[in-house]
Amino acid sequence: MVTGLTVSERHMALFVLGALALAGLAMAVGGRGDPLAVHGYIVLAFSLGLGFVVLSALFAPEPPESRLSEYYDDPTRVGIILSLAWAVAGMFVGVWVAALLAWPELTFVDSAWASFGRLRPVHTSGVIFGFGGNALIATSFHVLQRTSRARLPDQFSPWFVLIGYNLFCLIAASGYLIGVTQSKEYAEPEWYADIWLVIVWVAYFVLYIRTLQRRKEPHIYVANWYYMAFILVVAVLHIVNNLAVPVTFGHAKSYSLFSGVQDAMTQWWYGHNAVAFFLTSGFLGMMYYYLPKRAGRPIFSYRLSIISFWGITFMYMWAGAHHLHYTALPQWVQTLGMTFSLVLLVPSWASAGNALATLNGAWHKVRDDATLRFMMVAAVFYGLSTFEGSFMAIRAVNSLSHYTDWTVGHVHAGALGWVAMITFGSLYALVPWMWKTERMYSPRLIELHFWLALAGTVVYVFAMWNSGIIQGLMWRTYNDSGTLAYSFIDSLVAMHPYYIARAFGGLLFLTGAVVCCVNVAMTIRMARHARKAEAGGDVPLYGQAGAAQAGE
Amino acid sequence: MGIDHESVVAVSKSWGLFYLIAMAAGVLVYTLWPGNRKRFTRAKTSILDKNDRPGE
Ligand code: HEM
Ligand code: HEM
Repeated sequence: MVTGLTVSERHMALFVLGALALAGLAMAVGGRGDPLAVHGYIVLAFSLGLGFVVLSALFAPEPPESRLSEYYDDPTRVGIILSLAWAVAGMFVGVWVAALLAWPELTFVDSAWASFGRLRPVHTSGVIFGFGGNALIATSFHVLQRTSRARLPDQFSPWFVLIGYNLFCLIAASGYLIGVTQSKEYAEPEWYADIWLVIVWVAYFVLYIRTLQRRKEPHIYVANWYYMAFILVVAVLHIVNNLAVPVTFGHAKSYSLFSGVQDAMTQWWYGHNAVAFFLTSGFLGMMYYYLPKRAGRPIFSYRLSIISFWGITFMYMWAGAHHLHYTALPQWVQTLGMTFSLVLLVPSWASAGNALATLNGAWHKVRDDATLRFMMVAAVFYGLSTFEGSFMAIRAVNSLSHYTDWTVGHVHAGALGWVAMITFGSLYALVPWMWKTERMYSPRLIELHFWLALAGTVVYVFAMWNSGIIQGLMWRTYNDSGTLAYSFIDSLVAMHPYYIARAFGGLLFLTGAVVCCVNVAMTIRMARHARKAEAGGDVPLYGQAGAAQAGE
Repeated sequence: MGIDHESVVAVSKSWGLFYLIAMAAGVLVYTLWPGNRKRFTRAKTSILDKNDRPGE
């Protein structure tokens, strides 16, 4: 892979890694006695390790010019693998925290890192940023090049984005375990990690724009708009919500620039748009490319896809206040959030409907092809979870659902049913293209994964709906004397069976993800063998540059 | 600072509304403009093209 970089790109990589190593060293020295130092050592080890990888191929010959007449897919391949690795890790921790809720005595080691409060953000960041983010980056590079008919402008920046992003994920996850957090949900990492992510993200956006500028297609395909909204809005959200002042530069802790209800509003403006632009917009981009591609049919209505794009982009921005119903937030802001959430259903269903209408006439393909079925089910769950979300945003409904497992059920209807399903479907379509094989190693394993994923999602979501509604009702049931009929612990006991069911559903889902990894690994192996057989032995390795890259 | 709660409310209740309506109108005109039909049709069908190399 490093040999695919030009010599000057290798120098550039070494330079950047050297600068990063110095930054790590500074953190380690300046943050002595503080968790910051631990992160300093991680950054140092990370950049030195990668530095050696680059050094080992520093003097390899320049890659052939012929590479310029192909798309640059190495970062996509690595991104797919990273995404799957994070999927398994993040969902494993998900099952772990689910088990902790069902059987709290499972906190088997008596140390802080193994507690629920530290593991939970490892789960959420692991799946959203690790699994989802890597899948978005990997697929965006693929879709961007194909729909623009242009190769990425250089080979260094996609690696900077991908690897830099994973460094952020690593710092985030390891930080939670040692107790570093800003206590803002989905924005837990501290100031230094936030600054790093800004740099990576700006590079991502610039790379996107530079590639679009080179496009050979007159019109920018709608999937790119969704990906660009994801990149741009996440940058804005991230910067504003993380405005904070560190205690000192040698200290991991920082204090937010906002306080009180402004802080809450900023956080949930961020939080809801993280849902909208991280967990929705980018994945819609995926859907608008891979679903028509896999079905072999153009999107049902291109115009509708543009209208829904602007619809969700305008409206999501205003919906965040529905996370703060019945709080100190002014009533009219809550009403604004609620109203926009309701209107949001229109563009959301327009997208879900557009996807399903595209499949209309290809139902036989959906029946026979589990990959396409993943995408179809994703569109259905997208429709379901947005309907549910709009419903929960109504203040009166929210008074029942808030603080209960209903929210968690809604989250995972979206996360498992929509985000994970569309990702797995897209990856199953993409992997054979990327490793240049006819198909995945085993269609039957895809079939198995599909049913595991669907069963896991349904079990999870139904368990949480039940448990959430029961909780909500128990907490608002009064007896004759006007006091609460149930104590909190009563409701906890009532949750127990549902928590066990949820852990089981999650286990099914995790098993599916492991099956996916096996299938992808075998596909890569299959591709390698095929290529070896094809090459027939007596050709110098250099003659098959493309093949050597693909195999790495 | 001159930005108090009341003025923020006033701005969002008036200009906020107009700006959303204007944006919505802009988008609708763009998408439904008859002249754009050809590019949209090309965009949606050209992704199905099997050729997997950058354009010249
Ligand atoms: C193996 C499958 C999974 C299991 C067992 C699982 C389990 C859990 C558990 C137990 C919680 C904590 C709930 C609580 O505090 O009451 C949680 C929260 C969360 N999970 Fe998962 N999860 C899984 C997959 C995923 C995936 C794939 C995503 C995203 C793509 C995701 C996103 C989230 C989010 C955003 C939260 C926070 C919810 C909130 O604060 O309301 N999960 N999950
Ligand atoms: C029209 C679309 C949607 C609307 C109006 C909506 C609305 C809501 C509402 C009202 C809540 C509960 C807030 C509370 O009581 O605290 C919520 C929570 C949540 N939703 Fe949605 N939702 C939508 C779509 C989605 C989708 C597609 C996903 C994900 C993949 C998603 C992920 C989440 C998450 C992660 C939370 C939990 C936030 C937390 O940590 O408290 N939502 N949503």
